[in-house]
Amino acid sequence: MKNIRERAIAASLLLAIAGSIGFMVAYGLQSSAQWQGAALAASFAGLMTAALGWARWILPHEQVVDLRDVAPQPLEERAGQVEAYAHGVAQLTRRRWLTRVAYAAVGMLGLAALFPIGSLGPEPDGKLFHSRWRRGTRLVRADGSALRGDDLNVGGVETIFPEGSIGDQQSMAVLVRLPEGAASDAVSGYIAYSKICTHAGCPVALYRAADHRLVCPCHQSIFDAANDASVIDGPADRPLPRLPIALERDGFLRATSDFTDAPGPGFWEHA
Amino acid sequence: MIERLLLWTDDRLGTATFLRHALRKAFPDHWSFMLGEINLYCFIVLVATGTFLAFWFVPADTKIVYHGPYQLLRGITMTQAYASILHISLEVNAGLLIRQIHHWAANVFVAGILVHMGRIFFTGAFRNPRELNWIIGVLLLFAVLFEGFTGYSMPDDLLSGLGLRIAVSILTSIPFIGVWAAFFLLGGAFPTDILTPRLYTTHIFIMPALIASGITAHLMILWRQKHAQFPGPRRTEENCIGSPLFPNYTVKSIALGAGTVAVLCMLGAFVQINPVWLWGPYDYKATVPAQPDWYIGWLEGALRIGPPWALHIGGHMVPAAFWPGVLLPIVLLAFLFAVPFADAALRGDCSVHHLLDRPRDVPARTAFGVAFVVFMGGLFFAGSDDVQALYLHIPLNALVWFYRFFCLLGPIAGFAIAYAFAARLREKGGVHEAPRVRLVRRPEGGFDEETLP
Repeated sequence: MKNIRERAIAASLLLAIAGSIGFMVAYGLQSSAQWQGAALAASFAGLMTAALGWARWILPHEQVVDLRDVAPQPLEERAGQVEAYAHGVAQLTRRRWLTRVAYAAVGMLGLAALFPIGSLGPEPDGKLFHSRWRRGTRLVRADGSALRGDDLNVGGVETIFPEGSIGDQQSMAVLVRLPEGAASDAVSGYIAYSKICTHAGCPVALYRAADHRLVCPCHQSIFDAANDASVIDGPADRPLPRLPIALERDGFLRATSDFTDAPGPGFWEHA
Repeated sequence: MIERLLLWTDDRLGTATFLRHALRKAFPDHWSFMLGEINLYCFIVLVATGTFLAFWFVPADTKIVYHGPYQLLRGITMTQAYASILHISLEVNAGLLIRQIHHWAANVFVAGILVHMGRIFFTGAFRNPRELNWIIGVLLLFAVLFEGFTGYSMPDDLLSGLGLRIAVSILTSIPFIGVWAAFFLLGGAFPTDILTPRLYTTHIFIMPALIASGITAHLMILWRQKHAQFPGPRRTEENCIGSPLFPNYTVKSIALGAGTVAVLCMLGAFVQINPVWLWGPYDYKATVPAQPDWYIGWLEGALRIGPPWALHIGGHMVPAAFWPGVLLPIVLLAFLFAVPFADAALRGDCSVHHLLDRPRDVPARTAFGVAFVVFMGGLFFAGSDDVQALYLHIPLNALVWFYRFFCLLGPIAGFAIAYAFAARLREKGGVHEAPRVRLVRRPEGGFDEETLP
């Protein structure tokens, strides 16, 4: 019986050795993560079972008793530490006014040490209120092509950026083409909103044309594209800001101003 | 050889007394006492694999065009950070394995911390004199959650971009300082080109240093106070009985460590995790379903079922994301901090406890813990309500309301059921009430059993 146990431990250790060699070979052959990982796992698993067997079958099962004698410490020590502290404080603060100046010096140094934090970032400076959209900016796709009045079919949707600022997160907007008469304020059926969800800032990436709903995939806020992007459901607390647009005579869609409201999630300075 | 080294060290440092006792230190034999060790081994694996990854990861938001071996992304503009993750995953020998082990170790780490914490809570191990170690443990939990999030955010793939965008939105929702804090931490409005370097410094320097310090303090305090122990024969408040650290417990711990690493290797080898090359770089798109790593699930769920209420006060705004995103985590942290002190106050018991309770011994505490777990579980499952709606064919809106009510009423039901269950078990008795017997040896050699009152 004893012999079987020792053999089992030895077999485990051999598995560990085989696993290590296997890993070296798998690494040398640049084989897949599966082979490399399995070999490494075999090595550690062999070590584990060997150690388990060793602890269970080879080592004697001893119990030792420790006494809990470190805390609390003897009374005279406890009194002594309080006394030592009070003694030191009394010596230090004998010159009252000097102590106060020392506090002031240390405090001032602490204040000075905070100043480099200012280098970390620029002031917000109202940047969250604005985007790169201006009166007359053309609406372009992510590939840079400008949108014309006949580019989208009814029910169509497109992610748009201000011309010259492709990829600008703050300015990213979604353009949808609604059926005739779905929204009185649409321009030839076109209507555009900020694409940043007003809840937690994810791109409002989903659009269902049947009931013109814009959906944010992160926390499922739902906005009605035909009704000023008002919140139909979900955790968003306000509509998506509108991007006022116009269809110019040259056939291009252009913004007529910046967003009607700060794009993106709300913040303290936002009214 | 080692013997001579021990003497050499004692000549110079006087370590003999300490080591003599340390090697024979008692470690109580109970499986649940080894849960915390799993976390220690996870941390070691994370440091080792993370160091490997750091040799290739490029923490830069500079845009480049991808020309690597992964055909589907060729010609796509991406950050150097994302490109270097593709390089590690697809080109560096053993890179994918190490990266997947790293990610899995992080997931197991948090799970291990929570289970360990559950053991501490339900057995009352946080009581005097272990309040300080409980608080360090809670801080470690939050530090590890944050560390995990920064790691998840660094590859700059689509999912990490979405996660960061949400985190920044939570930050800007804080009254007074939110926008300033976001601009200072990010170096401007999201996204900035300094963000990944800052995440990197946080992830590989600041947080690991804090976590390593926390673990050190945690273990030193544990060492000084010695383990708590379950009640049993000869075990008292004044002693600690168990296997000696060397050799018995050392060998057991080696087994546990090797087993933990073996499991992490298997996961890293065979269970794909976060295949960033499939997501693509973060730009203006989003994907469905989008979920964070599991340990952020409760926060994701809270953001989904949180009320759409913004507070407007005198030309200022507290947006809806503030309640689940900022207030809830602060309340949870305060709650966990308060555990040892509230327990002492509510039970009117500030005395020292080295003998542990079994969960049934204190039904109210156990019921409270169950209620807490039910609440967090509700938030966690709410974090994937879109996937549930898709596969179970339940309207999403119905699921949102279900989870809202579940998080409010579930804990109450959980409390009542757990309390009744624990109280019944306690009545049925256990170790404390077991018939006590004494074996008496007869003069001629046999034994008699004598029942004690």
